[in-house]
Amino acid sequence: MYFCEMTAGDGVRGPYADYDAWFAQQDNARLAQKSREAEAFFRQTGITFNVYGDKDAEERLIPFDLVPRILSGREWDKLSRGVDQRVRALNAFLHDIYNRQEILRAGIVPIDLIAQNDAYLPQMMDFVPPGGVYTHIVGTDLVRTGEDDFFVLEDNARTPSGVSYMLENRETMLQMFPELFSKQKVKRVSDYPKNLRASLEASAPPNCKGRPCVAVLTPGIHNSAYFEHSFLADQMGVQLVEGHDLRIVDGHIAMRTTRGFKVIDVLYRRVDDDFLDPLTFHPDSMLGVPGIMDVYRAGNITIANAPGTGVADDKAIYSYMPDIVEFYTGEKAILKNVETFRCSEPDSLKYTLDNLKDLVVKEVHGSGGYGMLVGPAASKAELAAFADKLRANPANYIAQPTLSLSTVPIFTEAGLAPRHVDLRPFALVSPEQVNIVPGGLTRVAMTEGSLVVNSSQGGGTKDTWVLED
Amino acid sequence: MLGKTAGGLYWMFRNLERAENTARLIEAGFRIALTRSTDPASDWRSVIVTSAQQAAYEAKCQTYQSTQVTEFLLRDPSNPSSVMSLIKNARDNARLTRTAITSEVWGAVNETWMRLCDQLSAPVPDTELPKVLASIRRQSALVRGALHGTMLRNDVYDFCRLGTFLERADNTARIVDVKYHALLPSPSFVGSKMDNVQWETLLRSVSGHRAFRWGSDGEYNAANIANFLILDRRMPRSLGYCADNLVDNLTYICDQYGQETESLERAHAIDSRLRGRDIHEIFDEGLHEFLSTTLIHLGELGLQIEKDYRFFQ
Repeated sequence: MYFCEMTAGDGVRGPYADYDAWFAQQDNARLAQKSREAEAFFRQTGITFNVYGDKDAEERLIPFDLVPRILSGREWDKLSRGVDQRVRALNAFLHDIYNRQEILRAGIVPIDLIAQNDAYLPQMMDFVPPGGVYTHIVGTDLVRTGEDDFFVLEDNARTPSGVSYMLENRETMLQMFPELFSKQKVKRVSDYPKNLRASLEASAPPNCKGRPCVAVLTPGIHNSAYFEHSFLADQMGVQLVEGHDLRIVDGHIAMRTTRGFKVIDVLYRRVDDDFLDPLTFHPDSMLGVPGIMDVYRAGNITIANAPGTGVADDKAIYSYMPDIVEFYTGEKAILKNVETFRCSEPDSLKYTLDNLKDLVVKEVHGSGGYGMLVGPAASKAELAAFADKLRANPANYIAQPTLSLSTVPIFTEAGLAPRHVDLRPFALVSPEQVNIVPGGLTRVAMTEGSLVVNSSQGGGTKDTWVLED
Repeated sequence: MLGKTAGGLYWMFRNLERAENTARLIEAGFRIALTRSTDPASDWRSVIVTSAQQAAYEAKCQTYQSTQVTEFLLRDPSNPSSVMSLIKNARDNARLTRTAITSEVWGAVNETWMRLCDQLSAPVPDTELPKVLASIRRQSALVRGALHGTMLRNDVYDFCRLGTFLERADNTARIVDVKYHALLPSPSFVGSKMDNVQWETLLRSVSGHRAFRWGSDGEYNAANIANFLILDRRMPRSLGYCADNLVDNLTYICDQYGQETESLERAHAIDSRLRGRDIHEIFDEGLHEFLSTTLIHLGELGLQIEKDYRFFQ
């Protein structure tokens, strides 16, 4: 059985009480109409994403469900303390990995996991980014299985996306159902862009004079998350730049404006490490800035997130996170990890192969739900094919038990229907503090019974409410 | 503002203007082909020539039939100047410059694109053509309204307007040039049926047939029409009006940036060729030569703007 976040026995769980009372008064046809209006609004506003390799549907909408996902203030407090702790540990871990490597010497994390990790960048060794911040923006994927059981599924420490949906979903709800927000107090998420800018400015290089100039670096209008890039730049009131807008001027990164070149102090890049600097990484990249790594190491620009942070959100490193948290914070991890079998270890591989039909198997470096096996949903032939891939390259995989992901109802023409959800809160890290906006992105598997919530696989989103208790 | 952004705004509005003008050209062509029984192919040919696409068209089609011409000008994805290509390009530029434009302008451009994707998803039969053309013009009006009603009057606005007026001046000069022979005073033809048809088409292709009746002293003759389209600064598609606006918008940018640019000098030069002139003087000089030179100057101005404001480098 799955934990339903809305109902408990015959009644309704506390956080959903007011919503439930409101919903009982609603007319299904009117809600269906609202749902269509929301879709038209998203399309007109261009809140779309591009799916790679899908030529017909060049721009797609992420389905939006109008039933909010509601957390009590108390539930949120515990979650946000857990995320805060985890994010601090991630930063300390990255600082350590790229400097003294105490955790490797202490034998807590095997050295191979770092040395052989594609996301590990030797160029970052013995260098400390401005303010000591590596992961300025972190999205932590959480799932729930019971009243008090939250698990971290994944840490996104590179360039987590989805925050624009958190903001637009709230705007949409405010416009469609203003009465809901006057009935109960929902904590605001709309400060996020302001906080993001403040957090990025606070991470500017120490030798920056005056108010730091922030810019967002995008791969361009064909990138799947371009909407979010332009949205964030717009909401922060900063320029949205591409690699060809930038060049090095007197040892600084500067953008080409109609009045000449202007120095950028903080670059919120939404371009992957590999493409950031063709002189240092991928030589064919047109998306980055030649020489930016030299400017960076000279302390003349902040890159957010820092290059090389991917080494910390790897799915193999993930399995060590409870130890990593304890090593750097001296406390037990507040948020639990999902039990994880590292297929690189012979016992785990055997266990995984023996129990494939009950497990979820993921690529160590994969993301977006690609290349993943959901055992209970797979056919015999799919299981056999995956077993072959697993045996051919065991170190490329980890396995986890199939979690009984909690459900929150979605609205259908036939009424409410339970669907599985996850939650991605967003944490902002500056040299002074960690700031977590009360809410996040709730992703929902729109298909009955499905456990895959990724938008690239047809998942939808919900507005996420944190109540003032 | 980023140079790329300035370029994106400028090209967004060049493309929108051009799409609107193309729709108007087709409308005029369609009308004349309906009202004249003799040789519709030559009328359609003249539409293609006016839109400066004769070579590209003839590489594809051997004959000038209405369905082929409208297909080429409205829908053809391989024609970068088809209305669909232009609107797609405008919308890509709008996405590129989303942080600079208001949500109203973005919404209007995006809606235009969505509508045309729908209306131009299949070849447009003659019966549907007037509806589709009207829709293109209505959508342009919507974008223009959003621009005027919601945008700050700063450099962002000025670059949008520069794109509009440069494209419009170019289009008007081309339209008049293609028909210049019909405008030359020639005693044997004045007032003939042929002249009247040509003039009417000319005025219709710049939406000026009603304005001409009201705005000039109403006399249909070559000098009056040429004056109206070239020198009359009350007429929003005349060369004079466009030149006025090019100078104004460039002046605003120069004032805002505190720098003089070569673009402004060039715009002044174009403007002064159109100021205090008598249309007969231009006829004496040679209408075709006058218009050709204007087209060259407009092209040079475009390049200079790209350079002065670092659109590409």
